[in-house]
Amino acid sequence: MRFWPVLVALMSHWWRRPLQLLTLVLGLALSTALWSGVQAINAEARASYDRAAQTLGQGAQSRIEAADGGLMDQADYIALRRAGWLVSPVLEGQLGRGASAVRLIGIEPLTAPRAGVASVSDSGGNVADFAGFIRAEPETARRLTDASLPPVVFDTGVAPGLAITDIGIAQILLGQAGKVSRLVLAPAQPMGRTPMAQIAPHLVLKPPTSRVDMARLTDSFHLNLTAFGFLAFAVGLFIVHAAIALAFEQRRPVFRTLRALGVPALALMGLLAAELLILALVSGLIGVVIGYGIAAALLPDVAATLRGLYGATVSGTLSLRPSWWAAGVVIAVLGTAAASGLSLWRVWRLPLLAAAQPRAWARASEAGLVVQSGMGLALIALAGLIGAFGQGLIAGFALLAALMLGAVLLLPLVLQGCLALGQRLARGPVAQWFWADTRQQVPGLSLALMALMLALAANIGVGTMVSSFRLTFTGWLDQRLAAELYLTARDQPEADRLAAWLSPRVDAVLPIASIKMPLRGAPGEIYGMVDHATYRDNWPLLKRAADVWDLFAAGQGALINEQLARREGIEIGDSFALTDVWTAKVTGIFSDYGNPLGQAIVPLPQLVQHYPDLPRQRLGVRIAPDRVAALRQDLEAEFGLPPDAMVNQAAIKAFSLSVFERTFTVTAALNVLTLGVAGFAILTSLLTLATMRLPQLAPVWALGLTRSALARLELLRAGLLAAITMVAALPLGLALAWVLLAIVNVEAFGWRLPMHVFPADWLVLGLLALIAATLASVGPVVRLMRVPPADLLRVFASER
Amino acid sequence: MNARALLLLLLLFFPISGHGQGFAGLGASAEGFRDPVPGATLTFPQDHGAHPAFRIEWWYVTANLAGDDGQDYGVQWTLFRTALRPEDGTGWQTPQLWMGNAALTSATAHFVSERLARGGIGQAGVTASPFAAFIDDWSMQGDTLATLTLSASAPDFTYDLSLAADGPLVLQGDQGYSVKSGGGQASYYYSQPFYQVTGTITLPQGPVTVTGRAWLDHEYSSRPLSGGQTGWDWFSLHLDGGEKLMGFRLREGTGGYYSATWIAADGTPTAYPDGALRLTPMARAQVAGRSIPTTWRVELPAHNLDITTSALNSQAWMQTSVPYWEGPITATGSHSGRGYLEMTGYD
Repeated sequence: MRFWPVLVALMSHWWRRPLQLLTLVLGLALSTALWSGVQAINAEARASYDRAAQTLGQGAQSRIEAADGGLMDQADYIALRRAGWLVSPVLEGQLGRGASAVRLIGIEPLTAPRAGVASVSDSGGNVADFAGFIRAEPETARRLTDASLPPVVFDTGVAPGLAITDIGIAQILLGQAGKVSRLVLAPAQPMGRTPMAQIAPHLVLKPPTSRVDMARLTDSFHLNLTAFGFLAFAVGLFIVHAAIALAFEQRRPVFRTLRALGVPALALMGLLAAELLILALVSGLIGVVIGYGIAAALLPDVAATLRGLYGATVSGTLSLRPSWWAAGVVIAVLGTAAASGLSLWRVWRLPLLAAAQPRAWARASEAGLVVQSGMGLALIALAGLIGAFGQGLIAGFALLAALMLGAVLLLPLVLQGCLALGQRLARGPVAQWFWADTRQQVPGLSLALMALMLALAANIGVGTMVSSFRLTFTGWLDQRLAAELYLTARDQPEADRLAAWLSPRVDAVLPIASIKMPLRGAPGEIYGMVDHATYRDNWPLLKRAADVWDLFAAGQGALINEQLARREGIEIGDSFALTDVWTAKVTGIFSDYGNPLGQAIVPLPQLVQHYPDLPRQRLGVRIAPDRVAALRQDLEAEFGLPPDAMVNQAAIKAFSLSVFERTFTVTAALNVLTLGVAGFAILTSLLTLATMRLPQLAPVWALGLTRSALARLELLRAGLLAAITMVAALPLGLALAWVLLAIVNVEAFGWRLPMHVFPADWLVLGLLALIAATLASVGPVVRLMRVPPADLLRVFASER
Repeated sequence: MNARALLLLLLLFFPISGHGQGFAGLGASAEGFRDPVPGATLTFPQDHGAHPAFRIEWWYVTANLAGDDGQDYGVQWTLFRTALRPEDGTGWQTPQLWMGNAALTSATAHFVSERLARGGIGQAGVTASPFAAFIDDWSMQGDTLATLTLSASAPDFTYDLSLAADGPLVLQGDQGYSVKSGGGQASYYYSQPFYQVTGTITLPQGPVTVTGRAWLDHEYSSRPLSGGQTGWDWFSLHLDGGEKLMGFRLREGTGGYYSATWIAADGTPTAYPDGALRLTPMARAQVAGRSIPTTWRVELPAHNLDITTSALNSQAWMQTSVPYWEGPITATGSHSGRGYLEMTGYD
């Protein structure tokens, strides 16, 4: 059997219908692009975390730190080495201020565990070179322009925002001669060394953690992105499915003829599969290229979000990873297989002698509708079960998936119901024909409409979540940032002088101190505040003991943030161990949006008592807003405080909101793309139907409806179906928003947001959906208006 | 000369081009550093200490030990110093780098450990009087060089030894000026080969009490190898009659530069120039993917010495920053005895 002529016969279909080919390739490429773009962003972020984690002491190794969290003396390092401890010193600090600040890490290359400093081993083993330079990736290096710095060497192995140099140089640059931030332990230690408690009792040994921390902190964010990527992919597959189904349907006569000519069914299947495989590979490659573009465009925003939200530094530039290319192509092939499975199955079972029946696939049986609706109901029930019994973020997304898929599967039933109702109310033959004909088209269009519904519901749900979040967040910022001006002194004496100078000039000076430390084993921070009406009036407490502020004024109790309370199941009145020796009663739980860390607020005197050396260099200042500018000038003249040491409330709010907006830039972009894909799906389906519907339109035309009247009805039909879909998507979208706010957010971030609804947004979205559907139907409609009457007549001539 | 690998330090710190700098860069030029000169007098205890004006320096101890478990053991303890620049500095800016190598060898096992340290911060160094050489918790120290304690630790072994000399210091070459090539490369080099050893070694299986003999070398230079020398084979032997033999060959092309010192039982040294000592590889072993001669015929006709040395453990490979072979050996033939063999530059 020679397959070449068969293959040519099959492929000739695509030559004759280039638009269909384009649809298929583009649909597959688009869905692959969205999927792999999101994957690329996630991969880049994770690679950045790994690089950061591999930088000395960022968590890959065990480390030794001062028990009070401060710097230790270099003498401690020497004492431990002389006692047999294989440790390596690290000094870390901020170089420069504001936007040009770089985190400088000084390491000791001779003792650094080899795996810890990729950049050293990569530098050709020439440690002498290492000792005289600062190493940073090019993006970071641009910020290191101070002439007093040693030469900067580009090193792409260094995490973004980080510069690495010799500890001797770091001590000079950071002004910390003889000081060490932490010691990193080599994995293998000698036998019989002296216990650390005998050498340096003020030091503590800490197990590797922070790598896990960053991954855990950002996991929910990446899971969100992944879910979106998957949604886009699913929507894209609707297009692919429609295009493949159409192509197979149109080629049924060809298949039948080929089979009749003696081509074995297996060979035909194989050739069709090969054809699809080639298309999938080509489309996958195109998709990966587009995906790279999408990822590169979105990555800076994602990086900014992660920096603002979690303090995670992610490179703003995308590197190409072979694994990612491969994954993109594989997902395209798998997607094609999923989308074409049913069609291939039908070819396999093609009755050899039956007449070729175009449109047969479109006439979904009543039984099919029942089965599909049953599945939809089952999925929704499953979603309910997950909601009732599921735990964790994965369960949250599973609930979302089940809910959305179930609801979407019910769409054809809803459409049929609405249209049946319309038909019953219809008066006149044209109207009745319109409703009946629309009903008949639902099976052919339902996949595309399901895609549209998915996109619309996602838009409503995510939009509602974002808007609710924004509204809550803005109000919360107003409460939380009660002081008009926040100052940071350069040292403790200056802080004291500032406080003394300010107190007669402003309404109130509120000292603030904080210390980063684990709370119940997870990264956290403790803030010390003084009692003041500012807090009594404004602090956003979700739950409170009746006398919370009186206790606070008396130096008792602790306030903890919502995420900590939820994570640990803490209620008002519970005892909470802040450290091994310090337990306080929880008197309030406050909302703390955007903070990934657990946080406790205690009366400042309590904090100072436990950490007497803690710097208290931050001051909140209450003053009439119109006097802020003048006070800043006075402070600058009197103390020479640099502008970035004086931050006013408005600036913090603006910054916080910008972080917030950037967080959802990506969401919004993916939303628009998803909607675009859905519109494309409708276009594909309408094109599919348009060419096949001539036999149904010809009789109506023959009865006297003009082509332009038919075209108007077609437009109306598209709009009607889109409108019904939009209405059906609304409750689904709101359910989605509720799940996101009340389940996913709580699991992911630890806070629950109140839900607000924004009907104006729905209106806009509904219009968008109408426009998308109408635009998608313009092409087919114009073609209908221009169809030569001869074609319509030929329907009767060749009637079967 | 023991060289050691030290140079590994050099390898770490100087970019090494493929040719013309000798093994591990030891033949690299040494501008600004002092060079050894003939006729200089070594003074003790000052010269037991460090000499930062010279580029490289090492203190090197090998010990042939017998355990109370009936097994033979070998112990190596070495501290290398290398200077990146001739001018000095303070703290982290000190251009001195230190490297320690320690090894413990039995017939069936060979344990190796390495430590690196910067000078100037108190993590490693050498003082002359009282004598102390240390890097991290490894140390060799005593009131004088005649009585020392020697210790090292690693994840899989430790040792803690007492050394007491029953003979004098021995100046190698011409009053401590040891020539290393026909072109005049040289080092200052003296030894203390007369230590009696007692102490404890700890293996993964547990501690073993040991006794035996040890040999200390101290050598410093700025450029001990000529550019064409690719490595060396170095022997130190405690002969059963109480005599000691130090001999080495610096390989260059197919030949090399030979040197030997015969040390009488009372410590009187006789130095032999190139041509007096003959070293012939007799059998090779596959070690760390290389073919290395671990059995040698050693001839010094001036003393009717014709012996064959064999390794206690042919796999005594020092997998350190610059790898080399170093292990205890046994001599048979015209004389018998024990000692150490070091071989570098077998790539």
